[in-house]
Amino acid sequence: MLDIQHIRQQFPTLHQEVNGYPLVYLDNGATTHKPQVVIDAISHYYQKQNANIHRGVHFLSQQATDAYEASRETLRQHINAEYLHEIIFTKGNTESINLVANGYRSLLKKGDEILVSNLEHHSNIVPWQMLCEQTKSTLKVIPMDERGVLDMEAYKQLLSEHTKVVAVNHISNALGTINPIQQMIRWAHEKGAVVMVDGAQAGPHCAIDVRELDADFYCISGHKAYGPTGVGVLYGKEHLLKQLPPYQGGGEMIATVSFEQTTYADLPHKFEAGTPNIAGGIAFKVAIDWLNDLGLEKVAQHEQAILTYATDELLKIDGMRIVGQAPHKTAVISFLVGHTHPYDIGVILDKQGIAVRTGHHCAQPIMDNFGIPGTIRASLAVYNNEQDIDRLVKGVKKAQQMLS
Amino acid sequence: MASIQDIQQDIIEEFDMFDQWMDKYEHIIDLGKSLPLIDPQHKVKDNLIKGCQSQVWLHAQQQGHKVIYTADSDAIMTKGIIALLVRTFSGQSASDIVEADTDFINQIGLKEQLSPTRANGLVSMVKQMKLYALAFQSKN
Repeated sequence: MLDIQHIRQQFPTLHQEVNGYPLVYLDNGATTHKPQVVIDAISHYYQKQNANIHRGVHFLSQQATDAYEASRETLRQHINAEYLHEIIFTKGNTESINLVANGYRSLLKKGDEILVSNLEHHSNIVPWQMLCEQTKSTLKVIPMDERGVLDMEAYKQLLSEHTKVVAVNHISNALGTINPIQQMIRWAHEKGAVVMVDGAQAGPHCAIDVRELDADFYCISGHKAYGPTGVGVLYGKEHLLKQLPPYQGGGEMIATVSFEQTTYADLPHKFEAGTPNIAGGIAFKVAIDWLNDLGLEKVAQHEQAILTYATDELLKIDGMRIVGQAPHKTAVISFLVGHTHPYDIGVILDKQGIAVRTGHHCAQPIMDNFGIPGTIRASLAVYNNEQDIDRLVKGVKKAQQMLS
Repeated sequence: MASIQDIQQDIIEEFDMFDQWMDKYEHIIDLGKSLPLIDPQHKVKDNLIKGCQSQVWLHAQQQGHKVIYTADSDAIMTKGIIALLVRTFSGQSASDIVEADTDFINQIGLKEQLSPTRANGLVSMVKQMKLYALAFQSKN
């Protein structure tokens, strides 16, 4: 069993008053708070290590490079990639997805098809739409049912030899649905398509094994997993990454440069132009180590218990409608209360010191599918406890009373 | 008709009565509920100001030198703020509206409602109210 009280104490931002109430933070799907060790790592880098990496012979540069590269190795182990050079540092999942989508510009042609799921958030839709525009290929959507579960039969029907890329999230940010990505990947591979998995919401909640999944591309984001903002990791299978052209040009990504011709660096540097977020990269390792020290299984267990408690308690409220009732879901409850607008509930919760997300959660097609303007979303992290849920329930009841 | 400044001053005094956020918010909710509804024929796509959080419909027409606004929103809190904006600006002259500010919203402690980060369509609505006034003004 995890000592949640002890875990909470490691998060300085959690211990503050908001609008006169102790903060209840239930917007972890947007970003998690950072444990003291992560904050210390960032400050340690700027106080003791600060130097550019991969380019100095001097002591500090070497130290910073070692720390940064140690982070790459930690991330490799964390998602069980085969090679270190399959781990590309990016500024986050949006950049990771854009990097891959951009790379396929030269590999797709008219008549090719890209599949995305109805459960995607905008950053796993728009880059593919842009790619379709550029290559005259076609975007197709894997539908979902009223529980927020992808229709696997429809997916099977959509897959064909025209399918070149399937882009799907591991866990939905808006509804919490855990998608059967292993099966989806297998089916896509049978048709010769590659699969890009957006693991933004999986990173902090479950163990990831890219080799077991046989994912072609997989991305996770630092700030959603107790790490800093502005850093993420893109995993890609070696042969696929080699196929893709560089994403951005600049320093770091080159082997030789002359005005006549430039040759590109090998993986992973080919995709890492310019000075990266060094402090963020180094602190990302600290966050992942911290999470692994807790044990992802125990984290998942705790979050599942809180999710069940929250679902049970919220359902006691009159007019409660939980949007997204997949049998396999994690850490997210999206809901509506009677005929009230999610924004109104969110505003009144905020006044009571409770942070939730309201609106379409950057996943407008999901809300359109349900015919609703948006939802109120409570998303959990390991530091949330039953008291947080009790405050949420009380807060929603207060809002409901004020709005009736 | 009272000037924009006078109406805003009245609103500030009205809100001064409330010590608690809850009372203030309940008042806003009541204002939202009592906002005269926009004529359904004006509740169309062309008058829709889309926000990430809530949506706003705004219609403006000219009556002599005055500008008459009607508006609606799908969220009641937003509607309450709209009611205050309509009360302040509707029936005023186009030139007065162009000149006026909306600082009274800050003064009644509802600053966050007009914050661009809320993306609730209100900021765009204020801008749109002024643009209508500007258009009418230049027509005059």
